[in-house]
Amino acid sequence: MSTQATVEMKGICKEFPSTLANDQVDFTAYAGEIHALLGENGAGKSTLMNILTGVLEQDKGEIWIRKKRVFMKSPKDALSLGIGMIYQHFKLVKPFTVAENIVLGMENVRVLNKRALEAQVRELSQEYKIDLNPFSFIWQLSIGEQQRVEILKVLYRRADILILDEPTAVLTPEEVKELFQTLRSMAKKGGTIIFITHKMHEVMEFADRITVLRDGRLIGTMKREETSEQELARLMVGREISTGRRNRENTVKSQEQLRVKDLTVLNDKRVKAVDGLSFQLFAGEILGVAGVSGNGQKELMEALAGLRPRAGGQIFMGGQDISRASPRERMDQGMAFIPEDRYGFALVPSMTVMENASLKCYRDSRFNRGGVLDYRGLEQQAREFIKEFEIKVGGPKSLVQSMSGGNAQKLILARETAREPSVILASYPVRGLDIKATESIHQILVKEKARGAGVLLISEDLDEIFQLSDRVAVMYEGKLMGILPIGQVTLDQIGMAMAGAARLGGEDDG
Amino acid sequence: MIQVMILATLTAAVAQGTPLLLTALGEIMTQRSGVLNLGLEGMMLMGAASSFMVLVNTNSLFLAVVAGAVCSGLLALVHGFLSITCRVHQIICGLALNMFAGGLSGYLGKDYNGIPAPKVLPSFRIPLLADIPYVGEIFFYQNGLVYLSYGLVIGLTYLIFHTQIGLKLRACGENPAAAYSMGISVNRTRYIYVVMGGMLAGIGGSFLILSTVPSWVENMTGGRGWIALAIVTCAMWKPAAAMAAAYVFGGVEALGYQLQAVSVNVSPVLLKMLPYLATILVLAAVSIGNQDKGAAGPEAMTTPFIPEDN
Repeated sequence: MSTQATVEMKGICKEFPSTLANDQVDFTAYAGEIHALLGENGAGKSTLMNILTGVLEQDKGEIWIRKKRVFMKSPKDALSLGIGMIYQHFKLVKPFTVAENIVLGMENVRVLNKRALEAQVRELSQEYKIDLNPFSFIWQLSIGEQQRVEILKVLYRRADILILDEPTAVLTPEEVKELFQTLRSMAKKGGTIIFITHKMHEVMEFADRITVLRDGRLIGTMKREETSEQELARLMVGREISTGRRNRENTVKSQEQLRVKDLTVLNDKRVKAVDGLSFQLFAGEILGVAGVSGNGQKELMEALAGLRPRAGGQIFMGGQDISRASPRERMDQGMAFIPEDRYGFALVPSMTVMENASLKCYRDSRFNRGGVLDYRGLEQQAREFIKEFEIKVGGPKSLVQSMSGGNAQKLILARETAREPSVILASYPVRGLDIKATESIHQILVKEKARGAGVLLISEDLDEIFQLSDRVAVMYEGKLMGILPIGQVTLDQIGMAMAGAARLGGEDDG
Repeated sequence: MIQVMILATLTAAVAQGTPLLLTALGEIMTQRSGVLNLGLEGMMLMGAASSFMVLVNTNSLFLAVVAGAVCSGLLALVHGFLSITCRVHQIICGLALNMFAGGLSGYLGKDYNGIPAPKVLPSFRIPLLADIPYVGEIFFYQNGLVYLSYGLVIGLTYLIFHTQIGLKLRACGENPAAAYSMGISVNRTRYIYVVMGGMLAGIGGSFLILSTVPSWVENMTGGRGWIALAIVTCAMWKPAAAMAAAYVFGGVEALGYQLQAVSVNVSPVLLKMLPYLATILVLAAVSIGNQDKGAAGPEAMTTPFIPEDN
């Protein structure tokens, strides 16, 4: 590895109206290394990188690129210095082709000559072994392929300092490996690779050096060989965190809570999204369903909750056929639903905590007398939720839109578990949350399971699947690729099943 | 006899369709950049009124067309300022401008009511092309603005789909955040195309008063701005398809006149209704036909872009 510092940021300070996002942060990255920038949500990682790419301007501090002091006003300036950013939410134009996205904004490409473009893109993709058809439309590509387009975009602009914001959040384990192979080959050519993450195992697997930020401050920079997952987790959070299993009680299969038989569901485009799927969910277990999102998980959960019509099959709850029951009837039977879209679906952001907390119990005779709501009672209930679930919010009358993702999710769980449900459908319950919030949400789910609820957990995060599940299933193209108890399944097996390459084995479910 | 009538109707279809086409071409650019301009009717009216006044006072057809383009361009600039810079709801803003322009053109034109135009745009033959049987008669014995519209259809098709300029234009309407991240000034781009769209609508208005209906009457555009708007959607934001659609609507209108001329016993009020009926039918057919592809147009249309959020 060369020792030439390509990026030096010294004493960076950045203040936003309510927070000090970066406080005297120093950061150095070298040519030829893969450097991980690790920290919780709100630790200031993105702010620091946005300053490095010209999106934000620092209040104080200096930036040196290849030993020269630079001043950047926009992403364009950063690009001309060879700094390229791969955003977490891709900035691609969906109805454009790969080639069109790559040359968008390039002033030296005046006319779109199909053949010349193809040659250029092919040359670039061969140089970095990135396989892409220049004339595919973005909407035809998988998420992993779209990310490769983003990488080609910055490579085409001859960037050799590459910053990736949470690049693995949406990828399968196989795609993650391919991504880091590409990044490694770029680093070998003298590139500087910086990636933002909060996943420890990725850092330990792929990074050369690691910089940890917490609450806007630099905690330290270290070499990978000289640290461990435990140490990184402690530095990141500021206290000990168990990275191991969170669901310790083993469950014996007992009472069946939910049974799904040959369920088929169509998606919005009227194509089969769930294809003849069957499984059972027992009391006191967490059934983790891994899989890349978009393989029918959303449609499955909506069909179970009664929000999407079935095209075929049956659903039983406590032995009773609820296939035709309305969402309200299913709720009354003891079903709770944690949807994937927190602010858009589970909550009404422009209403208060108290009102949101009441959305499920407003018909309850405790709060409703002949159509008139007992606001004092509802406020009392919201207060109890806030206390019991340690929700950080101004009070019952604060608006939900002011809450952080973790606190909003706690509010949803408080509301959904208030009536002691027998079945909990949880879709990506910790998506986008940081370690501390994730830990609290996981504790709530484990507590519910211990009480006797059956929890169906949909997740794309394999750490979460291994930390929580009693049994694991993998969903691929609308089918389950088998179900196995947690002790009998390996990460590799799940990875293969997620890619559709092999079944998990275990119980056959069609 | 029948042949002569069909030929006359088709020739009239191109002539009647051209103001619709010019206006629709402008709106295609505006919408592709991410702005919806519902004020086409008003822009056409302003274009017609200002053209007419300049024509009466200077007797110059060229200056008349320029005046139409400039006045409507200015009105579009107001739309741009309100919808891009002030982020006013674009539907409300466009509707308000329609009413404003309707009133303003009526006020400015009140002294010109009923005066016939001192001259109209002359039709001339394009050598060789005009000699092609039928086609020559229909397409190449028209006035200068018709020929301009042919050029625009070819030029815009090339510009939008085969150049970096077009790529940037479409990116601003589809995913402004992506365009911005690639160094494109989204709001400046939108201003340019909103103003150009307004100018073309103005020229569409000029065409109306300098050829189709050569005399100023208040609200003389009679809903053609709205038909142009429908053409943009029917044509899926493509210039060549807009040309075909404009001629269909122009043809329906021309057919109404032809039927009156041979005194078919139908109320002229009903005949005048034909283009609007056709609009509804074609829109319904296109929407049903494109249901799966989503005939929604540029994804970021009507969404203001705020650079700081991205």
